[in-house]
Order: sequence, then structure tokens, then C-alpha cells
Amino acid sequence: MTIDSKIQVRNVNVYYGNAQALYDVNLDIKSKEITSLIGPSGCGKSTFLRCLNRMNDVIEGCRVEGNITIDGENIYSKDKDPVLLRARVGMVFQKPNPFPKSIFDNVAYGPRIHGLAANTTELREIVENSLEQAGLMDEVKDRLNESATGLSGGQQQRICIARAIAVSPEVILMDEPCSALDPIATARVEELMGNLSINYTIVIVTHSMQQAARVSTRTAFFHLGHLVECDETNKIFTTPNDKRTEDYITGKVG
Amino acid sequence: MGNGKTNTELIAKSLEKRHRRQTRLKYYGLFSILLGITFLIILLGSITLNGYTALQQTVVQISVNISPDKVFDDNGNISEEVMYNTNWDGLAKKAFRQEFPDVVDRKEKRKLSDLISSNAGYDIKWMVSQNPSIVGKETKLWVKTSDDVDQLLKGRLTVNVPEEQRRLSNSQLKWVKNLTDKGIIKKQFNTVFFTSADSREPESSGILGAIIGSAIAMVVTMALALPFAVMAAIYLEYFAKPGKWTDFIEVNINNLAAVPSIVFGLLGLAVFLNFFELPRSAPLVGGMVLSLMTLPTIIIASRAAIRAVPSSIRDAALSLGASKMQAAVDHVLPLASPGILTGTIIGMAQALGETAPLIMIGMVVFLVDIPTGFTDAATALPVQIYIWSDSAERAFYERSSLAIMILVLFLITMNLLAVLLRKKFEKKW
Ligand SMILES: Nc1ncnc2c1ncn2[C@@H]1O[C@H](COP(=O)(O)OP(=O)(O)O)[C@@H](O)[C@H]1O
Ligand SMILES: [Mg+2]
Repeated sequence: MTIDSKIQVRNVNVYYGNAQALYDVNLDIKSKEITSLIGPSGCGKSTFLRCLNRMNDVIEGCRVEGNITIDGENIYSKDKDPVLLRARVGMVFQKPNPFPKSIFDNVAYGPRIHGLAANTTELREIVENSLEQAGLMDEVKDRLNESATGLSGGQQQRICIARAIAVSPEVILMDEPCSALDPIATARVEELMGNLSINYTIVIVTHSMQQAARVSTRTAFFHLGHLVECDETNKIFTTPNDKRTEDYITGKVG
Repeated sequence: MGNGKTNTELIAKSLEKRHRRQTRLKYYGLFSILLGITFLIILLGSITLNGYTALQQTVVQISVNISPDKVFDDNGNISEEVMYNTNWDGLAKKAFRQEFPDVVDRKEKRKLSDLISSNAGYDIKWMVSQNPSIVGKETKLWVKTSDDVDQLLKGRLTVNVPEEQRRLSNSQLKWVKNLTDKGIIKKQFNTVFFTSADSREPESSGILGAIIGSAIAMVVTMALALPFAVMAAIYLEYFAKPGKWTDFIEVNINNLAAVPSIVFGLLGLAVFLNFFELPRSAPLVGGMVLSLMTLPTIIIASRAAIRAVPSSIRDAALSLGASKMQAAVDHVLPLASPGILTGTIIGMAQALGETAPLIMIGMVVFLVDIPTGFTDAATALPVQIYIWSDSAERAFYERSSLAIMILVLFLITMNLLAVLLRKKFEKKW
């Protein structure tokens, strides 16, 4: 257990009703780097990711057992408010889901509800800064008041990233953020993730092993609800410890 | 491969049969639709045929010379008091009888006077108060005829029966003919119908009182049902923990939507009138009862509308740290509102046509005044229709049909609005 691990996951079991989706997961996620979660579909990657911002709470019948700490605080303890947690741990979803509102209002929503800006000038600054960080400012600066749903898929996804950044989270969770995007948009988002990892701890679920190899420092491999192994991305893709990992990355299963 | 036929032949044969069956079913369907439309046309057609004539009222011209002392006080000012003491009815009748100076017999004179509306005097009084300059000189005024003359000229009175079975006697028919020949009797647009409340005399009765009564009740219904329904829908969709209790509530909301409206009327009578001692016949109470009745409809529509908003929108808000309530109010409700509004309009249209619960709480009253507030006694449009359709005079029956046309017009407009709203805001995600 290293000192700089931002998130510590201990003995996490997740159930959907009576069906168990995750078995005894233990994982350390390091601060300010990108961790990829890979594995065949249905192995529990999304379920695991949703544990980290307690979005599983809103799923009917979902039960999480175990301990998850961020900066040493147990996020599942009784006195912790999931609403506050989600301001610290942002999320980007598989399918771009901008609000059917203007670009500005999309990005400004988080700061508004949390009262992060004292006045409209500050709010504008936050919005512009977030769009800047999301690498979108040049493309949308003339149409901040136009609907976000009119943008291309790649732009919409970057709006969603900007919207998450605007709340100044410490951790950003991304669930297959590029699966609905074309290769060019994907490249842009990947580049963006690289830049963001300087300031944010990023956990990304991906079904593309190439993407995991390109963007992440560490990679965790899930299989049938078990975390098989987690190590330096290089090591996972060249000399994995487990036979199941090797089979998966060499394309024998999956 | 029976009978040595190939598969293709067998299929072709059965196909022919299947096609015939399909055609037959298609015609059955078409037939039922046509049947439905036919009955609708017959219904609307007969109501229109019965009702359109009520758009006109027969009036007759009389010549009056109202002496100033019947209107003005000693100072020459128009005076309510002086006018109150004037026998306007006599004045109108006398003026009308001048058209037939040779009628002298007392009984015949009465019959002659019966040809004009018994409210003709009031009408003259009203004309004078509107325009005092007609006083003190010979003036020609158009006053309403009695409903029998009106119906006669509209061809709605049976005349080829013995005199004693007729509403109008031989001499009365003769006088009307005389008036027609002189050209001083005519039909004009029935303004009264759209500007007054009910009256004992058909020619003075109108629908406005009932429309206003309905409108006040609808405002109350909307103001109560919409917020409660939306809150209930949000609770059930977002906060209720699934379990026995929630199931119980759900089942009962659906049951409530199926409860006959008269039961809501009884409830209103027992709770609002008898227990809380709210005023009888008040559109406030009517609206409250109707809101109970429409509540389940709007709840069900609101829940469907909320559920139709993709959960990705809610998740996006939650993932930013919005509370459930913020996610619902900031993002889901605005997107669900066209659906909620559509459901509300349909619920309101239902409520507008309801009669039974309003009768239970005493909104079936004879009122010559137009209601002006939530607690004034009032009737409603469908109740007015019910009252008129029950009365003996042919002229009321005609007005009842016209009132139905107006009610149907309101309902069609509301439903059309709902359809247009749905079309306009129909979103695909
Ligand atoms: N909302 C849910 N309700 C019930 N079961 C679910 C739900 N979400 C996921 N699961 C189940 O949990 C398991 C893991 O799913 P998921 O985390 O979505 O996998 P992945 O993201 O790796 O494809 C699967 O077997 C899936 O069927
Ligand atoms: Mg997934």
C-alpha cells in the first residue's frame, strides 16, 4: 500500500438483488494518474466505477459491501453525504449526456448548485476555464448560448468533461467515454485525458486495450466480477501474472 | 407433401386463404370505425340541428313614448328610484298593443300582450338607463318576443293541430302574421345568450353564468390538482422505496382513477360541506371535488412523462452533486412538462364535462346572477345543460343544445391543444 494512493478499495462486494456482481475487490488507485479498468463486458467494470461515486445508490436493488476510502475517509460511512462525494468525484458517461440546455448552462450547472461562484463574472470565468481545459473553448466560444445537444458527439462528450471539471473534482471517473465516438474524436478525448491527469486522478473504463495502453499508467483487469490483477500498464500488456489476463490481452477470450 | 403437391403449391394455397382472412378482418375493422363515426356524426348533427337556431332571437318593433317623469327626478337627473317605481311591464305591453288598436276585449288584450317577452319591460328600462335620450319622444325599440312566437317563426311550433292543443291561439297566429307582413318582426343575433345567466324566460336566459362558474371551478381544480399531482409523481418516481407501501399507493391511485365521479361528489358533500362547512353551490367546492377526481389522471400522466425522460439526464445531474430533488426540478421536470401539461389538459377536459359531483354539492341551482367569486353560488356548463334539457319549453331545449355545442367546442379545443402540445414538444433522445 503506497502512500500516494488516492483511493483505497477494500473487500468490496456488490450485489444486484441476489446476483453478485463484484467479489472481494481490493485496489489502490494512485493520485494524479490514469488508471484503466479493462475486462470482458459484463465483468463488473461499470459497477466498480459507480462504487467510487456511489452512483450505485440510485440503482434499485444494488447493495455495496466493503470499504472504500478517498484520502483516508470512508465514503460509505453513515455520516457521509453522497451528494458531497459526487462533487469531489466527477463522472463522464458512456453516451454523451449533455443537458438539453445551452453550452454555458451545461457547464455552469455544477458551480451554480454548489455556489462556487460569487457572481456572474466568476461563473463566466469558471465556465470558460473549464471549456479551455476540455480543449473546447476555441470551437464553442461564439455559441455559448446555443444548445449543447446541437454539437457533434465528440464535442458533446467534451462538454460533459468540461461540466465535470467545472465543479473542481479531485477524481474523474470515465465509463467508456469514447465508445460512441469516431477515431478522430477519440484521439482528441485521449489527448485531453493526458492533459487532465496532471491535475486530476482519473479512472477510465475501456473496452479498447489499445486505448488503455495509450493513456493509462496503471491497468486493472477484471474477470467475472473478480479483480484479477492490477499493475503498471506496461507490465499488464507484456508480462501479466495471471493466465486469464494473458488470454484476454492476446485475444483468446473476450 | 400431401396429395403429391409441392411445398410451394401448398404454401400458395394456404396463402390465398390467409389473404382472404386478412381482407375480411380489415373490413370488419373498417366497418366498426365507420359505425363509430356515423354515430358521432348523427349525434353532433342532431345537436347542431336542434341548437343552431338558438343563435338567433326573434324581436319585434314597438313604438314608445316614455314620459320624462318615469325616469328623471325633480332635478332632471336620471333616478334609479323613480325608474324603480315605473311600471315598465305595462308600458311595454301598452306600446305593443298600439299595433293592434282594434283589439279591445280584455281576454284578447292579455293574449296579445303574451306575444312579447314578459321581460320586455326590463329590457326597455335597461335601454333607457343606457341611453336616456330616448325618453320624452316617440321612439322605435326592438324588444324580444315571447319564446312561443320565437319558436313559431323558427318553424319549431306545431300549428296544424286543434287550437286547444296549441301553444298559440288562432288570433295570436293571426297577429304574428300581421306583424310579419308589416315587417316589424325579425330574428337577430342572440346576444343575450352569451351575456347573461339563467332566467325563467328562455328568451332572457344565457350561458355566461354557467361558463364563468365552470371557469372558476376549473381554476380551482388546476391550482389544486396540478401541484399535488406533480409532487406525488416526483415522490413516487424518485423517492418512494419499492415495497408493500408503494405498491399499495400505486394500486390505489389507479383505483381512484376508476372511481365513478358521483362518489367524489358524495365525498365532497360529506367532507367539504358537512364537516368543513364550506358554502353550498360554490365553485370553490366544485373545483375541489373535481380536483380530487382529476388528481389520479394527472398523477398517472405525470409519472409517465417523468419516466419518459431518459435516466441519463438524471444521472448527469446526480453525478455533478445535485440532490435528487434538484435533478428532478432542474432537469427532469422541464423536460417532462409538455407531457404533464398534456395530461393536465385531458384531465381538465374530463372535469369540465362532469355533472354528477357538482349536482351532489349543490351546484345545480337556478341563478340569474353571474358569479363573481369563488364562494358565490354558481352552476357549471354541463349542469346548465342538464337543467335546461329538463324543462318543458321548446325554447329551453334549443338553448340546451346550443350549450352542448359550446361545451363540445371547449372540449375539442382542449383536446386539440393537448395533441398539438404533444406534437410540438415530442422529443427523441
Ligand atoms: N442495474 C443493474 N441491475 C441488475 N444487474 C446489473 C445492473 N447493472 C449491471 N448488472 C449486472 O452486473 C454485472 C456487471 O455489469 P457491468 O458492471 O455493467 O459490467 P461491465 O461494465 O464490465 O460491462 C453484469 O452481470 C450485469 O448484468
Ligand atoms: Mg459497462
